[in-house]
Amino acid sequence: MSLIAEQTQTASVLGQGPTTNDQRPTTKSMIRWFKPIVFLACLAPLAQLGWKAYNQALGANPIEVITHSTGDWILIFLLITLAVTPVRKLTGQLWLIRYRRMFGLFAFFYAMLHFLTYIWLDKFFDVHEILADVAKRRFITMGFTGFVLLIPLALTSTKGSIRRLGGKRWQALHRLIYFSAIAGVIHYVWLVKADIRKPLQYAFVLGILLTYRIVVWALPKIRAKKTATLSGRRMELPRG
Amino acid sequence: MLIKKAADIPSSEITPKNVYLNRRKFLAGTIISGAAAVAGMSLRELAEPTNVVQANTKIDDLQKSSFSTTEKITPLKDVSNYNNYYEFSTDKYEPAKLAKDFKTQPWSVTIDGQVKKKQVLDVDTIMKMAPPEERIYRHRCVEGWSIVVPWVGFSLSELIKKAEPLPKARFVEFTTVLDPNHMPGQRTGVLDWPYVEGLRMDEAMHPLALLCFGMYGETLPNQDGAPLRIVVPWKYGFKSAKAIVRIHFTDKQPVNTWNKSAPNEYGFYSNVNPNVDHPRWSQAKERRLGEFFKRPTLMFNGYDQVASLYSGMDLKKNF
Repeated sequence: MSLIAEQTQTASVLGQGPTTNDQRPTTKSMIRWFKPIVFLACLAPLAQLGWKAYNQALGANPIEVITHSTGDWILIFLLITLAVTPVRKLTGQLWLIRYRRMFGLFAFFYAMLHFLTYIWLDKFFDVHEILADVAKRRFITMGFTGFVLLIPLALTSTKGSIRRLGGKRWQALHRLIYFSAIAGVIHYVWLVKADIRKPLQYAFVLGILLTYRIVVWALPKIRAKKTATLSGRRMELPRG
Repeated sequence: MLIKKAADIPSSEITPKNVYLNRRKFLAGTIISGAAAVAGMSLRELAEPTNVVQANTKIDDLQKSSFSTTEKITPLKDVSNYNNYYEFSTDKYEPAKLAKDFKTQPWSVTIDGQVKKKQVLDVDTIMKMAPPEERIYRHRCVEGWSIVVPWVGFSLSELIKKAEPLPKARFVEFTTVLDPNHMPGQRTGVLDWPYVEGLRMDEAMHPLALLCFGMYGETLPNQDGAPLRIVVPWKYGFKSAKAIVRIHFTDKQPVNTWNKSAPNEYGFYSNVNPNVDHPRWSQAKERRLGEFFKRPTLMFNGYDQVASLYSGMDLKKNF
């Protein structure tokens, strides 16, 4: 199955409506050249770190820079991933769904780098110390939770998994990303010493993206209720 | 959700296919140029020199000190480009740039409180109070990194003795300059400004406690606390107040800024102690800047000679 068809299937599985527009042949060719560009752009933060490391331009504490940078990019990619659905719905750019998995997997990719930096460059694979950290340090516990929550999402990101799990269950499972992003932001808030402005910026954007989902989820229910009361009243009207 | 029937849209309103496709290209173009901008910015950042070099005055006739360590000195470019100086920024790489034009002349220091000789002294006068020594100290930040710095100054006790403290003077309080016009960090509420630190009188009188006005043989760079700072090598870095304008002698234990900010995390004493963790991270190890592996943190940062100051004290309680 082609990439397009596979993505389209994902979209329809998620109940995001008809995708006839996305099957236009022109789109197909566009995706072919556009997707690799987006892919490379997503690798730019890593390339930049690599380039700076190679040129010894990572400053006085390179490992800290690597840790902070990979951490930032996890949150950025999680937020981009979470922004796909609202932006799609609000702008009608249905094709954006084709990039969502890639963004999500990049969040996981940077999460792995971040985790690897921690267990290798910070703890030097000292399992005892890592376990003590995860148990004792709440910001580590929270960050670790956020990372672990992403693992099943990465593992079930294939179209085969969607088929095996069934759309509904797959979608339910992938809502874990909300909790992973929340854990990530709390992890950041808890690790800074006094200046929580930057973590709060992430919290703010995440708040908007999650509020959108709450509204989308709650609005039809409220409307249905209103309609029900209204129609109820209408029924009563003839009686005076 | 609103579902429009196709028939509701008059054919006149259907976007022509070529326009529709252009719109899509436009959007794609927008994203590509966005990505290009990010890449461009990264490249520009790469081209820019990251280290700020400052011209400082050489300090002559430096005396060597027996307190100096023989450990490898951290390069000046690291010590002067990696600064926790929240008065300028909470980003450690920013103070070097933001403090560049900070004026440290003229500079006077008020000495007051429980002393016989209350006075306002010019920093140049203070610098001439005793012969300058080079003290190569280990410096351990509460965040878990450390450096080795050749500071220039003399024992704080020299100044204290000259001020002639009264018997009631049990503590010394240091206040950093309050200058929000030139210190952008002070325009934020990140900490309660001005920055206040303090020592117990016997700590302040310990010969290791340094009144510091230089490093690497020159006067202090602005981002490292010019023109005058304290260096207390057996305590976490934040105890070593920068750019001080007041030395106040008091009978009450000062409330230091970080203690005020998070009393459960930063105590008054804040002695380097591998056995007492910061509530959020371990203090057992540290990363010496420039080293790949972490090294174990030493009690009192390796300055065992101060241990007697705390005999009989529970250092877990008095962290």
